[in-house]
Amino acid sequence: MFRKKPPPEEERRVRANDREYNEKFQYASNCIMTSKYNIITFLPVNLFEQFQEVANTYFLFLLILQLIPQISSLSWFTTIVPLALVLSITAVKDATDDYFRHKSDNQVNNRQSQVLINGSIQSEKWMNVRVGDIIKLENNQFVAADLLLLSSTEPHGLCYIETAELDGETNMKVRQSVSVTSELGNQNNLASFDGEVVCEPPNNKLDRFCGTLYWRDKKYTLTNQNMLLRGCVLRNTEACYGLVIFAGPDTKLMQNSGRTKFKRTSIDRLMNTLVLWIFGFLVCMGVILAVGNAVWEREVGSLFQSYLPWDPPVDNFLFSAFLSFWSYVIILNTVVPISLYVSVEVIRLGHSYFINWDQQMFCSQCNTAAEARTTTLNEELGQVEYIFSDKTGTLTQNIMSFNKCSINGQTYGEVADPLGPQPKRLDFTPFNPLADPDFCFYDDTLLESVKVGDSHTHEFFRLLSLCHTVMSEEKSEGELVYKAQSPDEGALVTAARNFGFVFRSRTPGTITTTEMGRPVTYTLLAILDFNNIRKRMSVIVRNPEGRIRLYCKGADTVLLERLNPSNQELMNITSDHLNEYAADGLRTLALAYRDLSEDNWESWSESHRCADKATNCREDRLAAAYEEIEQDMMLLGATAIEDKLQEGVPETIAVLSLANIKIWVLTGDKQETAVNIGYSCKMLTDDMTEVFIISGHTVQSVRQELRGARERMIELSKARDGGKQEGMEGWGEACFTSYGLREGQEGGDAGGKQLGCPPSSPPPPPPPPTPPPSYLMDSISGEFALVINGHSLAHALEADMEAEFVSTACACKAVICCRVTPLQKAQVVELIKKHKKAVTLAIGDGANDVSMIKSAHIGVGISGQEGIQAVLASDYSFSQFRFLQRLLLVHGRWSYLRMCRFLCYFFYKNFAFTMVHFWFGFFCGFSAQTVYDQYFITLYNIVYTSLPVLAMGIFDQDVPDQRSLEYPKLYEPGQLNLLFNKREFFICIAQGIYTSVVLFFVPCAVLSDATQSTGVPLADYQTFAVTTATALVIVVSVQIALDTGFWTVINHICVWGSLGCFFAIMIALHSQTLFRIFPNQFSFIGRAQITLLQPVVWLTIALATAICIVPVLAFRFLKVDLKPQLSDTVRYTQLVHQKKRKPVSRGVERGWRGTNSVSEGRLGARGGSRRSGYAFAHQEGFGELITSGKNMRLSSLALATFASRHSSSWIDTLRRKKHTHTPPSASGESSPAPSSVSGSAPPLSNSSSVLGGSQDTPIEEETGTATAQKSQTVLTPSAQTRPAPASDSEDPVSQTPCVGVLTATAVRAHGGDSPGGWTITLGTVQEALFGWRARAVTSNNQASPAKDINQMEANLGHE
Amino acid sequence: MMASSYNAKEEDGHHSGAANHGGAGAVKSKKPDNTAFKQQRLPAWQPILTAGTVLPAFFVIGLIFIPIGIGLYVSSNNIKEFEVDYTGVDISSPCHPCAKNFSWNATTPCPCSVHFTLEQPFESNVFMYYGLSNFYQNHRRYVKSRDDSQLNGDRSALTNPSKECEPYRTSEGLPIAPCGAIANSLFNDTLKLYYIDSNGTRNEIPLVKKGIAWWTDKHVKFRNPGGNDNLTLAFKGTSKPVNWRKPVYELDPNDDDNNGFTNEDFIVWMRTAALPTFRKLYRIIQKKSGSTPTLPSGQYVLDITYNYPVLSFDGRKRMILSTISWMGGKNPFLGIAYITVGSICFFLGVVLLIIHHKYDTRNNSADIPN
Repeated sequence: MFRKKPPPEEERRVRANDREYNEKFQYASNCIMTSKYNIITFLPVNLFEQFQEVANTYFLFLLILQLIPQISSLSWFTTIVPLALVLSITAVKDATDDYFRHKSDNQVNNRQSQVLINGSIQSEKWMNVRVGDIIKLENNQFVAADLLLLSSTEPHGLCYIETAELDGETNMKVRQSVSVTSELGNQNNLASFDGEVVCEPPNNKLDRFCGTLYWRDKKYTLTNQNMLLRGCVLRNTEACYGLVIFAGPDTKLMQNSGRTKFKRTSIDRLMNTLVLWIFGFLVCMGVILAVGNAVWEREVGSLFQSYLPWDPPVDNFLFSAFLSFWSYVIILNTVVPISLYVSVEVIRLGHSYFINWDQQMFCSQCNTAAEARTTTLNEELGQVEYIFSDKTGTLTQNIMSFNKCSINGQTYGEVADPLGPQPKRLDFTPFNPLADPDFCFYDDTLLESVKVGDSHTHEFFRLLSLCHTVMSEEKSEGELVYKAQSPDEGALVTAARNFGFVFRSRTPGTITTTEMGRPVTYTLLAILDFNNIRKRMSVIVRNPEGRIRLYCKGADTVLLERLNPSNQELMNITSDHLNEYAADGLRTLALAYRDLSEDNWESWSESHRCADKATNCREDRLAAAYEEIEQDMMLLGATAIEDKLQEGVPETIAVLSLANIKIWVLTGDKQETAVNIGYSCKMLTDDMTEVFIISGHTVQSVRQELRGARERMIELSKARDGGKQEGMEGWGEACFTSYGLREGQEGGDAGGKQLGCPPSSPPPPPPPPTPPPSYLMDSISGEFALVINGHSLAHALEADMEAEFVSTACACKAVICCRVTPLQKAQVVELIKKHKKAVTLAIGDGANDVSMIKSAHIGVGISGQEGIQAVLASDYSFSQFRFLQRLLLVHGRWSYLRMCRFLCYFFYKNFAFTMVHFWFGFFCGFSAQTVYDQYFITLYNIVYTSLPVLAMGIFDQDVPDQRSLEYPKLYEPGQLNLLFNKREFFICIAQGIYTSVVLFFVPCAVLSDATQSTGVPLADYQTFAVTTATALVIVVSVQIALDTGFWTVINHICVWGSLGCFFAIMIALHSQTLFRIFPNQFSFIGRAQITLLQPVVWLTIALATAICIVPVLAFRFLKVDLKPQLSDTVRYTQLVHQKKRKPVSRGVERGWRGTNSVSEGRLGARGGSRRSGYAFAHQEGFGELITSGKNMRLSSLALATFASRHSSSWIDTLRRKKHTHTPPSASGESSPAPSSVSGSAPPLSNSSSVLGGSQDTPIEEETGTATAQKSQTVLTPSAQTRPAPASDSEDPVSQTPCVGVLTATAVRAHGGDSPGGWTITLGTVQEALFGWRARAVTSNNQASPAKDINQMEANLGHE
Repeated sequence: MMASSYNAKEEDGHHSGAANHGGAGAVKSKKPDNTAFKQQRLPAWQPILTAGTVLPAFFVIGLIFIPIGIGLYVSSNNIKEFEVDYTGVDISSPCHPCAKNFSWNATTPCPCSVHFTLEQPFESNVFMYYGLSNFYQNHRRYVKSRDDSQLNGDRSALTNPSKECEPYRTSEGLPIAPCGAIANSLFNDTLKLYYIDSNGTRNEIPLVKKGIAWWTDKHVKFRNPGGNDNLTLAFKGTSKPVNWRKPVYELDPNDDDNNGFTNEDFIVWMRTAALPTFRKLYRIIQKKSGSTPTLPSGQYVLDITYNYPVLSFDGRKRMILSTISWMGGKNPFLGIAYITVGSICFFLGVVLLIIHHKYDTRNNSADIPN
């Protein structure tokens, strides 16, 4: 019933452990092949591919034309030699590439994997893995194929993977096996597993999988949650088993790595157009000469037949003209030299190597050099107008550091003088052995304050150590590792740790800390989780003394509203501090606490329980409940976290915007964070005239906002322009040029103040009813910025609003798009490409940037922490954002300059060379006689003139690299495309034609009468050919000497070497030896020697050279002298003032070396708009995970064996949450389990799950009750006065096994309470600990052990 | 088709390296070499066009070119040249009948004489040229219509000439030697020069017919098959070019060294001209000993054996007498061109100097606008 090899696979059937069955379908094996050729197919396939290039085919066509004797005006080798050279260079390159592909394929295919064959694990190469095999994976191994996870050593069949290679996300993800298979456990059971999977055919959707597992007459639904995809890495999981579903080319990884779109540069496109034009020109020349031939043959040729009869097939002048047309096409084809494309590639390759070699783009920390992954885009780097940048990992390091804080009105962490001596870093170790050695803090007053025991300071750090969702891992005593979901939290908890409030461990119900060296265990009563609306989180804990306290941290805007009125004074001080911090671009949080009485807590927890249980509007009700208790708080202070920018980001952005490059930040972050980063990297400044925020949710409102912004811009710029006319000219420039530089900034500030840019007092023109015309938008002066939200962007990108959006956004100096999806990133790039005809560059580091990187003209990948997806998709990669300025301003600029100069010269030299034939046509009866020797024609392009121009194209520099960074304006010619455009092209062509005229007519005029000193006339063809060729080579050499601005040794060698080569080869070709061997081929015997000894010949050459070069020289001199370009001036200045030069543009250079900390450059003293960049980067729902205990790692194997029971309450809660309300951020990265599990998974029946067995089913319905139970449990602490039997334990701090022991004992003491006479083991207790809430559901009785445990731990905490 | 962007190294990523070969010692730094070449810091000369360099250059070019031009012009003017057109276009021309009645089949040569007067005596060696106009020796088909192997004495090429020689490759089944259109159209007028002295007697002026070809042509490029002995035998089995009256081995029966392919008139003709109007060296009139001029001023007669028809394609034939100087023959163009270019350079230098001083933007703007 199955076709043998269904071309489009409709569904896939895989039966485990049954190779024979699976072989029927002929699924692809796991062997991948990315190479294109093998030894036998290389030549034909490669040649076939190469002849698909139009240029190569064209030359092949010419070659065929040349084989027709009546047409052939040139020997066949004049074409075949260059063609063969070009083909072989390309072939060698292709072969090398393919060789490396072969090598890498082999490497991958020969990796070892452990395959379960006939019940035993055998080592197999990857390539031999078949669909249907069961593979064992161990920790940190790459997944060999797309697997269905069958079982794992972790509880619940969970396993953790890192998908960095697939989607670039470095956070771990959880995969879970179907419950029936997860219990199979070991390999013996697995060997007999014969389930059959029916699933979708291979596709490239990374996040989707649907299939069904048929086993033992039951159906189990499979989703992506059960799959391990090739390219993932197994993490934190001992081992797992998987069934191969897709192998090799069918895997999602391979299906995703599609052929990358080939990018072309604008120069490429221009070049192609020009080449087409030249072809047109060539045809015109051919037609003119053919007409000439027709006339000549009729008027003269037919009469001349007594001496020169027509060739046999030619019987009339028209036919002769037709043939002559093709002959001239052959002769004149050198205007489009075959070496053009190869030379361009060679030059680009050279530039790519320079990028790879650049030490200043090498990051020593990560040991990565910059890499030009595409070698064909270099010159476009010199033309970039728009940069689209990702934020996290690109602009920022994604490292948060605790920078400053304000405690009880006192601010700490202020560094006195940012330019002064580097303050000493505090050493925490003597004070606190648990301190994190990597933590940096410089203000010792804070440490003093902790040491003297200031209660506010203590409470401050206690809050930080308690109020968070961080998980800790303590591998050995004192070696704490925090796993924080958001780096901000990690930074805060680490800060608390270093200041003596060490968060040690947590269980679902407790938090254990070491406060000033004293272990303390708090009972965690509730976590009031964070979400985007609340912008805060709280915990309610009971301290060992039994006091209940709510600790809250959150955005100042929301928190300050909820303070006790008595805080007014402190609040004012603190909000001043907060303003300062925000102005520094720091991410702030305000901290507060509230003491709760038992009654308070009890009543609230009741209402919370109700809210939690509610089936509809649960979210709202929970929020209301939270709101209810987060009131009346006492302010503790505020923290300021620095979202560490990558080194040199503000300077880079300053320099790039000086270079007239517009930078757009496209980030998935929320608006506050994005704006904050915008400020801290100086994209946004307080000097800006206005920052528009577009956050409308409907089409109408977005349109309105965009229009409003534009009208405002026009209004304001009119006001400014008015101001300018009053004599304040140029302050804008001052502002602009000094942007980002401290010295200038103050000036700019002052100017700004003088002028005022008053937002409220423009001469109010009546707001135009229609959107302002776009021409107005072009002349906007003043600095504006636009911040647009993802949801607004969605509307703005609609077809009818595009134009509006573009015109508004492009009038702004800075644009920040926040909360954008990867697709939107690409859309924005496409939009600019479409509307602006500008070169765009996208830079990013994560998988979410791939689409943007691919759609921009140039994609740059930051090879940072976030996987390598972006790098793989990129054209250039390096590890620091700041290298971008070097890439663009130095390498890009040079590349563009070199390429333009190269092209100009190249077209020039070929026109000068070829057009001589055209003029000669008028004197040789339009017979397509060449002026030069055929060898000269063959070698001119590939030997005599190729190297100097290549050397110029590779090595030329107009100004040195430091200068192009100092004067970013030097970048502008590239953006405006000034150096090579159609106009420049025509100038080159004209110059080439002029040269050809001179080169033909001067020798013509001189030699027609000239004789040797022996009286022999020099007017013979061969002398003429040699003279013209020599003159040509000399003229183009002089020209390249004029064009070369940077004479390195190599240029000297190339120029002089080419000249020398020309003479040497000519003399060799004209030697007697060659003539004696091939008299027919080398008929120019002795010509060079004789001709070059004639003074008249040299006088002719000198004359021709002078006539060719003098006008060029005069023209260029006038241009430089009267209208010097910036680069000319810089060059000149460098030459003249080399020694007495003062360093210009201090700020930029200092910027590099200066620290990148925020302290540098406090933003404008005018405390602009109040910004609140509160520091939460994570998604909601994490608190729930913690209280459920599911995400706690089992570090003990002993425990792990028991922990294989399902309790999916939290999963379900999450799922329900997702279904009712799907916040964009909560899209499941942190929800590590499949939602379908609980429904289909019957409870497992092992010894420990007697309880579980009875409880599994009702869970779903009764989650609410569970919460209620939980509340009850904790509500009655006074009743739980049971002494802890294990009170003699010295270290109650929870190293997990230790806690296990303790609690187990405790439970055993309670054994009688529990029904069913279950065997008490460590595992059960662990289970009880983690699953207690679920278990509590079944009965009050059952809940009690857990309750006791909690209580007991609380008690332990006391001791 | 398999994806091209994928490769295994990339799949490995960066972290696997640490996991796989951890402890393999310090990671090798990938830092690029700090060489001047790789860092693009090669020492370089950076010329720029400044008034200080360009203006002197113009003046120097001017100052060099003008004297050279003057020298060339003067020496060119000192050269004496005399030209007489004997095509016979005019009815009054003595060669008119010959030109008119020319036929390829005529067995008897058509003689005619042209009288002319030299106003000035010609000193030192005098060179006698024949000049042709509107004769397309540079036509592609004409230029390639030869067999250099044959002319070099190659035996196989002698009997089997190159295809390039078509349609002058074979005649009546025999290979033509020398083959091709160039050889076929060999200029075969004979010119003789007589000086008519005061008594009216015609003194034949001795014309040297050797030494008119290029040395390499004469000694390397053109060689008779089988050396110079018995050319008749060597050329046996070949046919004369169709336009020729006599076979190649009878070009100069009196001088073995100047016969066959090595005949200098033939070699000179075989060196094709670059332009349709050209002159070729015909004879040399050796300088006489003593102070007597080679050609004293006075009456001369040019005796022409009119064999070569050019009127059909509107061609012209000339006889030219010329002396030469160190830089060759009369060539006024070169001198004038040099003077002109030199003057223009000088003038440009002055103009640029003025412009530079008047509009100089650099001196007063020390700072660079940014």
